[in-house]
Amino acid sequence: MYSQGLNDKNLETAETPEFLAAFQARIDADEKIEPNDPMPEAYRKTLIRQIGQHAHSEIVGMLPEANWITRAPTLRRKTALLAKVQDEGGHGLYLYSAAETLGVSREQMTEELLSGKAKYSSIFNYPTVSWADMGAIGWLVDGAAIMNQVPLCRCSYGPYARAMIRVCKEESFHQRQGYELMISLCMGAPAQKDMAQDALNRWWWPSLMMFGPPDGDSLHSDQSAAWKIKRFTNDELRQKFIDATVKQAEHLGLTVPDPDLVWNEAKNNGNGGYDFGEIDWNDFWKVVKGHGPMNKDRIAARTRAWEEGAWVREAALAYAEKQKHHTAQQAQG
Amino acid sequence: MNTTAQTPLWEVFIRPRNGLAHRHCGSLHAADATLALQAARDVYTRREEGNSIWVIPSSQIVASDPQDKEALFDPAGDKIYRHPTFYDIPDDVGHM
Ligand SMILES: [Fe+2]
Ligand SMILES: [Fe+2]
Repeated sequence: MYSQGLNDKNLETAETPEFLAAFQARIDADEKIEPNDPMPEAYRKTLIRQIGQHAHSEIVGMLPEANWITRAPTLRRKTALLAKVQDEGGHGLYLYSAAETLGVSREQMTEELLSGKAKYSSIFNYPTVSWADMGAIGWLVDGAAIMNQVPLCRCSYGPYARAMIRVCKEESFHQRQGYELMISLCMGAPAQKDMAQDALNRWWWPSLMMFGPPDGDSLHSDQSAAWKIKRFTNDELRQKFIDATVKQAEHLGLTVPDPDLVWNEAKNNGNGGYDFGEIDWNDFWKVVKGHGPMNKDRIAARTRAWEEGAWVREAALAYAEKQKHHTAQQAQG
Repeated sequence: MNTTAQTPLWEVFIRPRNGLAHRHCGSLHAADATLALQAARDVYTRREEGNSIWVIPSSQIVASDPQDKEALFDPAGDKIYRHPTFYDIPDDVGHM
């Protein structure tokens, strides 16, 4: 889902059918693929793109919530929000490292994010206009992220799977602190409850879009499934998320902003599930293509951070160089 | 865009607690060893994951080639006599 933009060009490979079959046999036997193992170029490229987009999403995802750290209403909420945003930074770093094992550099990935060549999740291009958005993001956005990330812990590429295990361990607190925040707003004054409802109204549909386009429109899904990079389809994960989340909204006494939402006994092989309304995919593609409310601000913020941090990176490298020289001279005597 | 020279890559090993070995947990970029240790502490021990950190420049690691996997490791496959279960001990002798 953090890799929603993953459906452009078809990748070509020059590998022999024997090589590809042997690789597929390893995948089918549930063997993990490790960094220096032989792998089809398309597998490598797909992973670089997917892990890169995922990493960028974690890093850009720090911005909407960082917006409220200084204005958190209590110290308890402030420490939680700080810790969460710090975790997201950590997630980005684990994921960049995993992508780097495939032969792409951190600098190259950063360049692609800043130039707009690499995508990140569309969800982070919406503004956080009220404090209730901190609750809605933790509950819905991290909730959707967890739905998507848990199956990635079993992804065929070892370093990605290991990074996801770490990430998943940390995500649970993100969702819980968000939901807890929603509970306090919903138990508060009417104005607070209205704030919570307004946040749900704005974040519900973008959260459903986080799972990516409907299965029919998602070109990469079949190959990614065969390679065990993706274990569930976009629509399967979206359905799972809706079924889990509607109950939680009811518990808060909030209304999910979808008049077509209705329980359907027959869904999920007779286990029941929700039917839901049409998702506005035009809006989704508009945001993915760079025309969401916050796309420009997000990239501007990342560009500023990269440029204003340049002197620190340069100074640290110059100092390390100098120290090395110094130690070498001392050794000579 | 402002490009700088690539900051070196380090491998991070953490000991969860005394009595256990340091275990590889990931990698990070840092200009020197001091910064690598500080970054490792921030990135990999936010929840008391360890009480000791090793950082090693990735370039210093010498790794076996995956292509040599069979030559290196297959010979051990048929040495079943290196395992205790290869040897029959009567049940009435008790645990050995
Ligand atoms: Fe995250
Ligand atoms: Fe999170």
